[in-house]
Amino acid sequence: MIWVPLLLSAAHLISFSIWTIWISFTPSTLVPVSGWVGLRNYNAVLASRNWQIAFDNLLLFGIAFVLLSLVTGLVLAVLLEQRIRGENVLRTIFLYPLAVSFVVTGTVWSWLLNPGIGIEKLVHDLGWSSFHFDWLVNRDMAIWTIVIAAIWQSSGFAMALFLAGLRSVDADIIRAAQIDGAGPFRTYWRVILPTLWPITITVVVVQLQFAISAFDLVRALTNGGPGIATQLPALVVYDLMFQRSQLGRGAAAAVLMLLILLAVLLPYAAWRYVQRRQATHA
Amino acid sequence: MRDRSFAPSRILIYLVVTLFAAAYLAPLVVVVLNSLRTNEEIAQGSMIGWPQHLAWGNYALAWSGFCVAETCAGIRPYVLNSALITIPATIFSTLLGAVAGYAVSLWRFRGDNWIYGIVTLGLFLPQQMRLLPWTIVLRDIGLINTLWGLVLIHTIQGLSFTVLFCRNYYIAIPHELIRAARIDGAGFFRIFWRIILPLSSPILIVTVIWQFTHIWNEFLYGVTFTTGQQQPVTAALIALSAAVADIPQHGVQSAAVIIAALPTLLIYLFGGRYFVRGLTAGAVK
Repeated sequence: MIWVPLLLSAAHLISFSIWTIWISFTPSTLVPVSGWVGLRNYNAVLASRNWQIAFDNLLLFGIAFVLLSLVTGLVLAVLLEQRIRGENVLRTIFLYPLAVSFVVTGTVWSWLLNPGIGIEKLVHDLGWSSFHFDWLVNRDMAIWTIVIAAIWQSSGFAMALFLAGLRSVDADIIRAAQIDGAGPFRTYWRVILPTLWPITITVVVVQLQFAISAFDLVRALTNGGPGIATQLPALVVYDLMFQRSQLGRGAAAAVLMLLILLAVLLPYAAWRYVQRRQATHA
Repeated sequence: MRDRSFAPSRILIYLVVTLFAAAYLAPLVVVVLNSLRTNEEIAQGSMIGWPQHLAWGNYALAWSGFCVAETCAGIRPYVLNSALITIPATIFSTLLGAVAGYAVSLWRFRGDNWIYGIVTLGLFLPQQMRLLPWTIVLRDIGLINTLWGLVLIHTIQGLSFTVLFCRNYYIAIPHELIRAARIDGAGFFRIFWRIILPLSSPILIVTVIWQFTHIWNEFLYGVTFTTGQQQPVTAALIALSAAVADIPQHGVQSAAVIIAALPTLLIYLFGGRYFVRGLTAGAVK
């Protein structure tokens, strides 16, 4: 009896994964059917413009969002580490977006970034009528509105981890650097920041994982638009499964998402394994 | 660098943090202000502005007045749905996670590491990989488009997190404590009840806050498995924006957004320390 919940959880993870993978190889459309079509669904998804745009967007969004939120998080952590007053209040402010749903965040940013009612309208009303900030409705720039909202929402996470890392730097190392004649800036740059790189990798992996499965935020902010300019893999999956009733292709797109995720997670798992072995040998 | 004097560099630091803080607070402030402006006032100007007079009526309308998809009951039924999903799923997944975490960490059995490893894979497996199987399972057991269907999903999937949190906490409890109790004749549940549970409040608070926040904010399953009057508040907000796209009611919508975000925001304000602990524990796995 005690093991039932654990077994149920483990069983659903394995069986659901296999189930979805199986569906991706069947000719299922409106309902799941048996049969075998090989890689036909995968080829169809990979050849579709929807997926290609989604994949390019994911590359851009993933890289830009992860790098910028790392930098923002690190800057915030370094600033908060300077023993400033009101640190608790500031930390609360930088982290509160994480407690709010992406639907709420996306909705609010869609208002702020909407040129008709948001920042552009405000600046126009203030008298600068040639001001332009229409990224939300601009095909080429719309993906950056998602980057902005995502950074706003989750750079606090990077900050929290970096801050914990900065606070746990061994005081002896800092003292040793100072005895060696290193100035405060040099100590920071050469001694303290390098200790953060394992945390950096963790932050990158967690943020990439978020980027790969991003759905709510995009749904609320741009809904993939204008047109399909801000399409992302998770939206393609949903669209194929529940709007176009292409279950086989939807499952194939979901498996492709999983493969992208594995391309990030497997190297990370290997790296963690090596680290742990080194730690036990040392 | 580490002195407390007010050198120019310190002033610069304060200036930069203040600017950052303003940027992080701005969207919240904008929505709060808009929730107190009338729709007409917003339509004449922009979303960003100071209320001319406080339109508290927005909240009444958002709570129980405006119409989503032909039903004019405001956001209240959907908030209620979210509560009816989130509260049971949080309790079930936390309790089951505590027992399971206790079992895995202190009652070794054959294959326990394997099972535990598989369960924690649930932290990574994309939801999209489970959407179709859940659809079929929910339909077969008659729980599609019901609140209990979502409770079931969130309980089973939440276990990945709750077991991880509790297991990592219980693993630090000395085995001798358990061995001594077993020699005295105490069984699995007796030890859990008498020894483990009284030690657990910090981790249970972390787990409850984490689960509540995640389930309340969840959208994909809500929008996939429920329709109309059964939807949780996140899905209803999206439906609301779509429904009023022609004639936006930004004042009322802002009030609805605030109401939807309030439960998790309050939990964060009062339990922030535990919230952050869950965040970092979930990340460092």
